[in-house]
Amino acid sequence: MTVPALALTDVTFTWPGQGGFTLNCPAFQIAQGQSVLLLGASGSGKSTLLSLVCGIATAQSGQVMVDGNDLGALRAGARDRLRAERIGVIFQQFNLLPYARVIDNILLPLRFAPGRRARTGDPRAEAARLCAALGLPVDVLTTQAGRLSVGQQQRVAVARALIGAPALIVADEPTSALDAATQGNFLDLLFDQVTRAGSTLLMVSHDERLGQRFDRVIRLEEIIKTQRTAA
Amino acid sequence: MILRLASQSLMARALTVGMTILAIALSVGLFLGVEKVRTGARASFADTISGTDLIVGARSGSVQLLLYSVFRIGNATNNVTWESYQDIAARPQVDWIVPISLGDSHRQFRVMGTTPAFFDHYQYRGGRSLDIAEGHGLDDLYDAVIGADVAATLGYAVGDPIIVSHGLASFTDHTDQPFRVAGIIAKTGTPVDRTVIVTLQAIEAIHVDWQNGGNTGRSTPVDVIRQMDLTPTAITAALVGVESRLQIFGLQRWINEYPEEPLLAVLPGVALQELWQIVGIAETALIGVSALVVVTALIGMMAMIFSSLNERRREMAIWRAMGARPATILGLLVTEAVLMAALGGALGLILLYVSLFVGQPWIDAAFGIWLPIAPPTLREAWVLGIVMVAAAVVSLFPAIRAYRLSLADGMMVRI
Repeated sequence: MTVPALALTDVTFTWPGQGGFTLNCPAFQIAQGQSVLLLGASGSGKSTLLSLVCGIATAQSGQVMVDGNDLGALRAGARDRLRAERIGVIFQQFNLLPYARVIDNILLPLRFAPGRRARTGDPRAEAARLCAALGLPVDVLTTQAGRLSVGQQQRVAVARALIGAPALIVADEPTSALDAATQGNFLDLLFDQVTRAGSTLLMVSHDERLGQRFDRVIRLEEIIKTQRTAA
Repeated sequence: MILRLASQSLMARALTVGMTILAIALSVGLFLGVEKVRTGARASFADTISGTDLIVGARSGSVQLLLYSVFRIGNATNNVTWESYQDIAARPQVDWIVPISLGDSHRQFRVMGTTPAFFDHYQYRGGRSLDIAEGHGLDDLYDAVIGADVAATLGYAVGDPIIVSHGLASFTDHTDQPFRVAGIIAKTGTPVDRTVIVTLQAIEAIHVDWQNGGNTGRSTPVDVIRQMDLTPTAITAALVGVESRLQIFGLQRWINEYPEEPLLAVLPGVALQELWQIVGIAETALIGVSALVVVTALIGMMAMIFSSLNERRREMAIWRAMGARPATILGLLVTEAVLMAALGGALGLILLYVSLFVGQPWIDAAFGIWLPIAPPTLREAWVLGIVMVAAAVVSLFPAIRAYRLSLADGMMVRI
């Protein structure tokens, strides 16, 4: 039996300090290679959930397993390393270091993930291949990231998330900054490359229309409960 | 790669980063410049006199004696009688002795009466002798040999007349006895450049009609004066060379214990050391102030990094999401600060050398301080190194804040 790409069990988490936002997730799993869309409005705890999955925040109780690794059992440095090795992250927007060249942006996670770098073979060639596959112009690699259009930047972010084929791709509303026409095209390219890499895709969005492309569509409130306690 | 990204990040903020680097460059340039001027001034002072074993004058402070006799700074409180001078000259240890008589001036320059032996024995900068570039030495009673700065400032050539004024900064001139420029001494970088040298007899001659510092109103004709006995009654100081260096202290003690009149003999080197001790306080203050300027520039850089943190939270989140540890972010900010300090330091060094090249002749002309242009020494390397270390330390404060922010923000910036 293969390990799930992501498994949360009896997770509770409260943000430290005032605000008192608590999140509960009794059980949630994603199998290897699946694509999952989490639907939720802002403020529904999706940022917190993604922080837990990426190992930036640590659950007070329960277990978060990424690709068979228990994040709670790891020290902070090891969690950062695990994130670099196993997870590719795509944000809503402002994904890239604007002052750096595209190639440096794409290769950045490999800097923190020797295993993933070794797996990539020739990182520059792979970066070029991904850019070409994502429909970016040939000379994009040496361009300053800040000079690209928003749509191009999002595709560079996909290339960066996918380089070295990490087990899990986490995408936080990656299409919300794009217009309707480019959204579809962007998702086509994203799915092609995720499939090719054999990665698992966890996307968070509030847009239900994206649903038909995914293996599973889950509403956030089905798997997590949040409550705000007065400070 | 981190280094490259850090420098690219700096370049993306060229304006504020440039200003910060400029501030560091100016402060480092100032600090190194003060250091250069300090050592240059010391070297210039130390180079002013060499080959002289003892300076003799009326009893006062050794620094005072050194200052008025060699550097023409300040005045003698008392004179040395001609009899005492001759007693010293007659000592068996004395190899040579050159009398000096000061007190008159020509325009802003001092007039010094001495003997032609001055040109044989006065040495500067490790044993160099005076070189009369134009004309000749003191042959006639009314001959004057002038320093290079006197000639350059007043535009004098050999043969030009010179009127000596009575006292310093006075309005009474010795108009009845004009001198003639006999020779011009090649530039030495010492107070000699700013001195008008005449014979001891000439000093006596122009004061024939003066008594107790006042003009008697008579005007003795020049040809009468020439027939007079112009042996001086007193001199201001004397430079002495001994037969053997072993005898210096014996002669010094003899002079200091001279029973007829209170005298003081000092070794120029020892007097210079005393002078350094006095000047040292001012030097330390100057270095302290210029070091504070460097500190100010570094604090400015710290403020700049602090204020950039907020707009860079997004960038920090990206680094974190890519797997960078908070320590990497701390390292990134410290690296940027050290890069800025290194650039600032290098620029400051360039600034220093440019201003040395531009300012060297001017400083020499204005202050008589020759600043040598030498390649950077280990000392300068140390200064730059310390500035870089200090920049790293200072940047730790904003870097630690960034560290905390990135721990709190994680990958999600909630703005």
